[in-house]
Amino acid sequence: MMVREGSPFRGVGVIALKEAADHLTSARMHLIMGLVLLTAIGAVYGAIGRIKDTTAEDAYLFLKLFTVAREPLPSFAAFLGFLLPLVAIALGFDAINGEYNRRTMSRLLAQPIYRDAVLFGKFLGALLVIAIALLTLWLLMTGLGILFLGLPPTAADVVRSLAYLAATLACAGVWLALAIAFSAVIRSPATSALAALSVWLILTVFWGMIAPLLAGLIAPIDPLDPSTVLAQFEAQQSIARLSPQTLYAEITAILLDPAARSVGPLFMSQLQGSLYGAPLPTMESALIVWPQLSALVAAMILLFTVAYVAFQRQEVRA
Amino acid sequence: MSDEFVIEARGLAKQYGPHVAVDGIDLQVRAGEVIGLLGPNGAGKTTTILMLLGLTEATRGSILILGKDPLRRPLEVKRDVGYLPDSVGFYETMTGRENLTYMARLAAIPRGVVGERINSVLASVHLLEVADRPVATYSRGMRQRLGIAELLMRQCRIAILDEPTSGLDPQSTQELLDLIQKLSRGGMTILLSSHMLDVVQTVCHRIALFNKGRIGFFGTIEELAAKIGGGTYVIDVEAEGIDLSALAATVDGVKNVMAVNGHWQCEAVRDVRPQLAQRIVAAGGALRNLDLRRARLDEAYGRYFREVHQ
Repeated sequence: MMVREGSPFRGVGVIALKEAADHLTSARMHLIMGLVLLTAIGAVYGAIGRIKDTTAEDAYLFLKLFTVAREPLPSFAAFLGFLLPLVAIALGFDAINGEYNRRTMSRLLAQPIYRDAVLFGKFLGALLVIAIALLTLWLLMTGLGILFLGLPPTAADVVRSLAYLAATLACAGVWLALAIAFSAVIRSPATSALAALSVWLILTVFWGMIAPLLAGLIAPIDPLDPSTVLAQFEAQQSIARLSPQTLYAEITAILLDPAARSVGPLFMSQLQGSLYGAPLPTMESALIVWPQLSALVAAMILLFTVAYVAFQRQEVRA
Repeated sequence: MSDEFVIEARGLAKQYGPHVAVDGIDLQVRAGEVIGLLGPNGAGKTTTILMLLGLTEATRGSILILGKDPLRRPLEVKRDVGYLPDSVGFYETMTGRENLTYMARLAAIPRGVVGERINSVLASVHLLEVADRPVATYSRGMRQRLGIAELLMRQCRIAILDEPTSGLDPQSTQELLDLIQKLSRGGMTILLSSHMLDVVQTVCHRIALFNKGRIGFFGTIEELAAKIGGGTYVIDVEAEGIDLSALAATVDGVKNVMAVNGHWQCEAVRDVRPQLAQRIVAAGGALRNLDLRRARLDEAYGRYFREVHQ
């Protein structure tokens, strides 16, 4: 068996830091982060206004900053769920094919590093930038919340919102891995960006319409059998969960609302002995969305593997 | 130049599906040699280079670079081999110095020596004054010199240059050729792939002619000229006090002797200059000049491929 000499991760740090520096100084990143920042501030400002108007007292006021919306603006969480894939795609769509187009790939791979380092470095560099952006937004939210509501977040709020931040990063990782996979497979950056955006559009906007349609075909409702209604709902939910946006929305709903108990149909038998509106402990909420979180991480790894295999098999001539 | 082979390829082949890009080539290069890789587009030069670098896996055959297999010990091989591709690409928004620093970090050059070494190599390729300008502002010639600076910085023992002079103006070409000769004098082994035959003739010790995935000829330009000229070496002789036509006929290997414009021209089956000199001196002649006519690569190349295609 052929054993590779040295570590495949040699050079990962150098490439990741260079990529992160490139992204942080690029006009593309400045534009998209400016957009995210503006919308985030708008959403939070709207949420604060609505909370002040309608909520006299709430045990989870800080978490409401993420989820409460004021027309016409959606909530911060909804904004992030919509815009974050765009940030990830913007950072990854030309990761590999950009090196070919700049004709730097053969020089890069002629250095004493493996191809693995190039792919890992690019992925980690972009993920680091997203993590920095998310942390900045989170700190901004916390600051604005304290400033306008006058209430500091509790420890449970901080843990829940940080868990939400981690889930958001995992979701961004899925879209980043997808964009990098397209950049490894498609030689033109414009085409790979378009391909990634098409997938985003389908899974974010149209999947909500496609899932019931497919569920109706797979599990039709029999008017004489009430259990088929449930079967179709479950089929619809399973199909909808093929989209990372559905998984992310379910994680958001559970983590940012301590009173939420289920992401699926809730039966009376499940509520037996529970106090209506009583919050779940943070760990309980985390356990409910653990499968969704695992699925996001698995999707990220799967897409990264596709990118890895495609890149490893490529002939380098430029 | 030493007798040690730093590059040894045997039976090297590369196939893409049914298409054979390289078809069982043998290549042996000594330390310090400058080898020209010549041939039409699609003849297999770049594929061979990529296999030597370990960037493409050979379908069959073996390669040893400085005694190491580039597929089994890629990091060690890449540490010693520098590559300057055709139309070398740099990160445009980064300065020349930043580009070199990035590559130095990837090559794991100790941080303590990087700055000094970069300054030194930038000075040697005359780019020190523009080192802090973004590469986007560099001319093509400056980029090629920056590429050479990277090879110098990494202190490679072997450099593979793919079309380094294409698109350069005459002055930049000459500067680059001077640099290549300087590297060669410093002991670096150089593989130079080029379509510019005058460039190859200027700097290369030997040439490998690629044709349809094979090396049709590997040797000096004189050997190529002799081969395509039916094995004829042309030697110009200027001597006084002897009848060279009679004398040269007694030298083994001489085919013909002619008087041309006040000197003699010998055609021989090999380089017979030592034997001719010995006979002329022994016969009491005054030897003024004895010169193996330097074959012109463009002529030899043209004739070679005309013969191959017939």
